[in-house]
Amino acid sequence: MSTLEIKDLHVSIETEQGNKEILKGVSLVIKTGETHAIMGPNGSGKSTLASTIAGHPRYTVTSGSITLDGADVLEMSVDERARAGMFLAMQYPVEVPGVSMTNFLRTAKTAIDGVAPKLRTWTKDVKTAMEALKIDAEFASRNVNEGFSGGEKKRVEILQLELFKPKFAILDETDSGLDVDALKVVSEGVNRAQEQNEMGTLLITHYTRILRYIKPDFVHVFVDGKIAEQGGAELADRLEEEGYDRFLNVPA
Amino acid sequence: MTDTATHLTGEKARIGAPSIAGFTEEGENLSPLNAAASPIGGDASKAHSHGGGAGIPDSSRAGRKTSYKLEDFPVLTGREEDFRFTPLKRMGGLHKNELTGVAPALTVEGANVSTLETVAMTDARVGSAGVPEDRISANAWKHAAEAKVVTIPANSTGEQVTLTYTGTSLEAAASHMVVIAEANSESVVVIDHVGSAVLAQNIEFDVRQGAKLTVISLQAWAEDAIHASSHLAKVGKDAHLKHVAVTYGGNLVRMTPSAHFEGEGGEVELFGLYFADAGQHLEHRLFVDHATENCKSNVLYKGALQGKDAHTVWVGDVLIRKEAKGTNSYEANRNLVLTEGARADSVPNLEIETGLIDGAGHASTTGRFDDEHLFYLMSRGIDEKTARRLVVRGFLNEIVQQIRVPEIEERLAETIERELAATDN
Repeated sequence: MSTLEIKDLHVSIETEQGNKEILKGVSLVIKTGETHAIMGPNGSGKSTLASTIAGHPRYTVTSGSITLDGADVLEMSVDERARAGMFLAMQYPVEVPGVSMTNFLRTAKTAIDGVAPKLRTWTKDVKTAMEALKIDAEFASRNVNEGFSGGEKKRVEILQLELFKPKFAILDETDSGLDVDALKVVSEGVNRAQEQNEMGTLLITHYTRILRYIKPDFVHVFVDGKIAEQGGAELADRLEEEGYDRFLNVPA
Repeated sequence: MTDTATHLTGEKARIGAPSIAGFTEEGENLSPLNAAASPIGGDASKAHSHGGGAGIPDSSRAGRKTSYKLEDFPVLTGREEDFRFTPLKRMGGLHKNELTGVAPALTVEGANVSTLETVAMTDARVGSAGVPEDRISANAWKHAAEAKVVTIPANSTGEQVTLTYTGTSLEAAASHMVVIAEANSESVVVIDHVGSAVLAQNIEFDVRQGAKLTVISLQAWAEDAIHASSHLAKVGKDAHLKHVAVTYGGNLVRMTPSAHFEGEGGEVELFGLYFADAGQHLEHRLFVDHATENCKSNVLYKGALQGKDAHTVWVGDVLIRKEAKGTNSYEANRNLVLTEGARADSVPNLEIETGLIDGAGHASTTGRFDDEHLFYLMSRGIDEKTARRLVVRGFLNEIVQQIRVPEIEERLAETIERELAATDN
């Protein structure tokens, strides 16, 4: 079993008006096999948490720590984090010109595992995973995310999740922009990865919709860069009914 | 152009072609604005969907001056359509000075059946495949002291000859070469340019009936070289020219490959790969002239740019003349900008004077490789160096694999690695 531990994390970004603190002391412990949902209104810092864990250069950690089984994640480069077993399914996956999906998937798999996958089983694995996610076979020969629709990009993120088999997956608003059918297909992919790999999941979402398909063990409500409330799956149901208003209207 | 419609009205009705307002059987019924009587009209003023037409005398490639005589080309100001991207100040005088320097020495390797002769510029074969299409080319023609003639004998196959120009002087010089691929021959001609030179060059390619000629021209100069190179190709009946331009050396390189079809069934493939570093100006202007029926052309140039003031220019002129029925043509240019401060200009020009073609298309894209790409690839476990290589290699590979000469493909792979290593620092 592995543990991803976030302790009193403070994160800022540089803006034209100077430094702005986005995360104001976030603490969270995720173990493999667990699913944590992070919910909250827009601008509460959910995506900042996801990008900071992955190591996006835009975000500066001013204090606090992130550790994976005791190892200092903040000391690791972006690629080292991925090789240590972390995966970020991005909210807005970028198009990478010049690199075919086939080449990209294989290069990444080789980097993560330290050895090149056996061509025969690999090709089969890719094909199977693509079929399960209802991704057209023709996508393999296209450049990474180039010309993919929003929904297609999200499916391709989950395809990578299934193929790379990380210890911890952070899903940054994977549900946004998906129609009901796509949401179901994508959720099934996440559930498969979790069953097969004992994956720990940090599911970041604005809406409770995806939680019908991916059952959280814990729900954390994010407000203004901090966790305002924590609970089990029932907390999500309550949010469904009440919205975020009761967190936002707390008198100062 | 405007009278096309008048001529065809009767015929159109007879054939029963679909009637689309503003169109005739032969294509778009162009505006009477450019009537042939107008001083800027006629052949020199065909409209194009990307602008041009009225008021721009140089708007059709068909109207471009060609001549062996320098005097026929006005002195360049830099405002001419075909020089508007070229920094004339950096041309080393190739467009205006006497080109009396020592031309780079030419060495030959691998010639089995082909012959290399040195002849006078008055030799009948000089000028048999092309006419200068700009002032620099005409200046080179005037000043070339001699011409080299490479002949690949009729019906021979498997010839692969490498011609290497090695420059040792920065005095402005001129050179001339004629490559003749005789009927039904099949060959690969590699033309390599290394060392330092300020060179205006004409190379003619006479690709005769049924011949298959692959030309790979490498501009691998030292960093101080200045090179203006006109490649003039005449493509005969059922002949096939594959031309691959690879440019990464030199301070300024301006290449103008042009291909003219002389008989039916000809095919031209123009490929190009360029990699511009800080301060380099690499320009490729190509021209495919479809003047006969049932010919095919395919153009693909890909470029990578990095560093401050790296500048690439790609202009692709494809002209499908009225008589070129059954033409199939496609041209594309793709650029990958790796760092800030680099600039890629890309202008595809497609002129179609007949509607009776199989297909014609053009495309141009310029994309940036930025921190978000890097972050994406690295977030999948790929280290930074590998990520950059992956993108650039993948991008350029489409051209590299067209070369099919293992030594050159290897050399290019190494060059790309070296160029990328320079970015890492």
